[in-house]
Amino acid sequence: MDLNTVWFVLLGILLAGYAILDGFDLGVGTVYLTVKKDDERRILLNSIGPLWDGNEVWLVTFGGALFAAFPNAYASIFSGFYSAFMLVLAALIVRAVSIEFRSKHEGRMWRAFWDTLFSVASIVATFVFGVAVGNCIWGLPIGADGELSASLFSLLHPYPVLVGLLTVAGVAMHGSIYLYLKTEGELQQRIHNWIWTSFGIFLVLYLLTTIFTLVKIPRAIQNFDRAPWAWTIVVANMLAIANIPRAISLKRPFYAFLSSCATIAALIVLFGAALFPNIVVASGNPAHSLTIYDAASSQKTLGIMLLVAIIGMPFVLAYTAVIYWTFRGKVQVGRLTY
Amino acid sequence: MDLDVADLSRLQFALTIMFHYLFPPLTIGLGVLLVVMEGMYLKTKDSHYEMLARFWTKIFAVNFAVGTASGIVMEFQFGTNWAVYSRYVGDVFGSALAAEGIFAFFLESGFLAVLVFGWDKVSPKMHFFSTVMVALGSLFSAVWIVIANSWQQTPGAVNETFRIANGRAEILDFWKVVFSASSMQRLTHVLLGAFIMGAFFVMSVMAYYILKDRFVELAKKCFIIALLFGTVSSVGILASGDFQARKVAQTQPPKLAAFEGVFRTERATPMYLFGVPDAEAQRVKYGVALPGMLSFLVHHDFETPVTGLDRTPVADRPPVGITFQSYHIMVALGMFFIALTLAGLYCHWRGTLYRKRWLLWTFVVAVVAPVAANQLGWVAAEVGRQPWVVYGLLRTRDAVSRSITAGQVWGSIAMFCVLYGLLFFVWLYVMDHKIRRGPEADLTMPEKTTAAGVLEAAGRLADKGGPSMTEARDGE
Repeated sequence: MDLNTVWFVLLGILLAGYAILDGFDLGVGTVYLTVKKDDERRILLNSIGPLWDGNEVWLVTFGGALFAAFPNAYASIFSGFYSAFMLVLAALIVRAVSIEFRSKHEGRMWRAFWDTLFSVASIVATFVFGVAVGNCIWGLPIGADGELSASLFSLLHPYPVLVGLLTVAGVAMHGSIYLYLKTEGELQQRIHNWIWTSFGIFLVLYLLTTIFTLVKIPRAIQNFDRAPWAWTIVVANMLAIANIPRAISLKRPFYAFLSSCATIAALIVLFGAALFPNIVVASGNPAHSLTIYDAASSQKTLGIMLLVAIIGMPFVLAYTAVIYWTFRGKVQVGRLTY
Repeated sequence: MDLDVADLSRLQFALTIMFHYLFPPLTIGLGVLLVVMEGMYLKTKDSHYEMLARFWTKIFAVNFAVGTASGIVMEFQFGTNWAVYSRYVGDVFGSALAAEGIFAFFLESGFLAVLVFGWDKVSPKMHFFSTVMVALGSLFSAVWIVIANSWQQTPGAVNETFRIANGRAEILDFWKVVFSASSMQRLTHVLLGAFIMGAFFVMSVMAYYILKDRFVELAKKCFIIALLFGTVSSVGILASGDFQARKVAQTQPPKLAAFEGVFRTERATPMYLFGVPDAEAQRVKYGVALPGMLSFLVHHDFETPVTGLDRTPVADRPPVGITFQSYHIMVALGMFFIALTLAGLYCHWRGTLYRKRWLLWTFVVAVVAPVAANQLGWVAAEVGRQPWVVYGLLRTRDAVSRSITAGQVWGSIAMFCVLYGLLFFVWLYVMDHKIRRGPEADLTMPEKTTAAGVLEAAGRLADKGGPSMTEARDGE
């Protein structure tokens, strides 16, 4: 495996880390408004309180690593998706502000306002991430000069919208399972129902997306001919999805959560397999696609960065684990909370 | 005035970076003070220090959250607005960025959770360790970003530090990028600036408590720590500024000429204490100058000329007005920090500090001075680098994204104005709320512990109510 491939894989790991970790707190935001009582909303916020900020660091690091490892791809995508990225930034900032602000006042209107913003921002951010992934699989209007230009609305054709909805549903399911672990009593029972609802929607959208991809984008599974082992990921993905209702029925929510994490990870692997060896797929002339070789930094830079990652990542994983261990357990609303 | 994509992108970058940079100096400076306060607590077991550590941790967390939210924007913006720049510098910046993400951001944000929410979940020593990690993380984040920026200021020798290949700069020697001609001086200056910010912020709040007769005993203990830290940093930054200015004279002569308003290269170059540079007339108006002083500061003799702007082609000259004024105000504020902190120390030594209400009030309002100094220092550094974005290699005008339109950038500028207005309001509100409440409220907190189930993997353990980034341990 050459350095370019290693960095393609590492970016996949960072993206999967982001999707799994920020996925559950975005998911909590997605289902947030279905809870009406103030105390219960605070339980939801407190379940992600110490963690969401650290989860977003995965996105920052993913962005930084993309910039560093594949600057041409970073530059093309970020400038080409200008409006979409500005929308994501707005959503992430609004989300951060509303988490911190909503409990500073008692007023009902006040709290309703921030609560709505928090939930809408979570859904918008998730949806735009999904749409971005959909467009990357579908192909982008990139020219011979490596520039691409896509208005916000030209990105919203059926396939990316479907992937966007799939992402929202998946994240809602992931967040619901997380909340099931973090709550108890009557609230937990209601969350139990959302798991089934969001799982049902996710399953339907997953099947639709799979069919759509196989029929319309044969390129997405080209790599499977060369690397048949990739089919095991597809199988693993289906098993993980199937294990979610099983684990929930058996009252083993932690296994359901692990399965949900595995589902997200498998989907990211399939996303990578659909792109490889491209990092930006051209929707027009395939020769305009940016491969992991065209788009990359020099071998020297990729090598230094790999060294940095090898030294640093074990520490990151170790203390991330320690921190999650410290904040394990059910959430209550005390006087100390949102 | 018709603004094109490059002008608008510069405007947006200035807006977003200046907003962002309100927060990092504060967290870097506060981080060091947090380590001192918590270390004092561990050593002396004096509960005042514990209260202080808890209080400032909450303040730190708010600033960190706003810093993160506004920091993501900076990272995205290189790609969205400065695509040509990103392609050009990506290879050189890559290693520094990777190091920043992995060594700084994860360290900071990960351990911050323990810092804010872990008081009763981890041992005091583990908590102190987390505080040290967070402080180190925020120092590291300054290290790598200043290294990257310093390479833009002083890229070093072609085919030694880097080479031009494939239409971009490619790194040849990592350590030469890390220790570029300006990086270590600039890093020292940035960190000292952040320390002064942290010290003045803490002194401001504590002086306010003393004046209002609240938490007086505790506030005095805290004030003196910050005063010592602020004095050392203020004196240190004068020395660091002197080193750095001489380095700029060597590596970026037009920039120093703009700092000092040197239009003509002449013997015994004067130094203007203040004035209004006029680029058309090529002279400084309404100025008061010390003859030969600049020659002395740069070359350590009163005669040797300092290179003026006349040695630089007109197209390569930085704007003089903004650069001159920001630099001069920054230097003046630096002198003010030394004067004020020394006055504070003197009165403390005489035992009169806490009776001099006017001096305490000066400390209360003086907090805005380091904010201005930190901002203006960067304005001088970045405007003084113009018209280059990478010094001598890539012009700012050529670095902008080609696929975006002025309309899109107008739209995003409007969006940032609204969002940052909101964010700033939130920040002020939360700060005000916490400072009014003060440190002591924490100790009256009842522990709310409930037996509860946990993740299956974790087994069943007791757990306490969950908190938020800014509200941990606050009452309702």
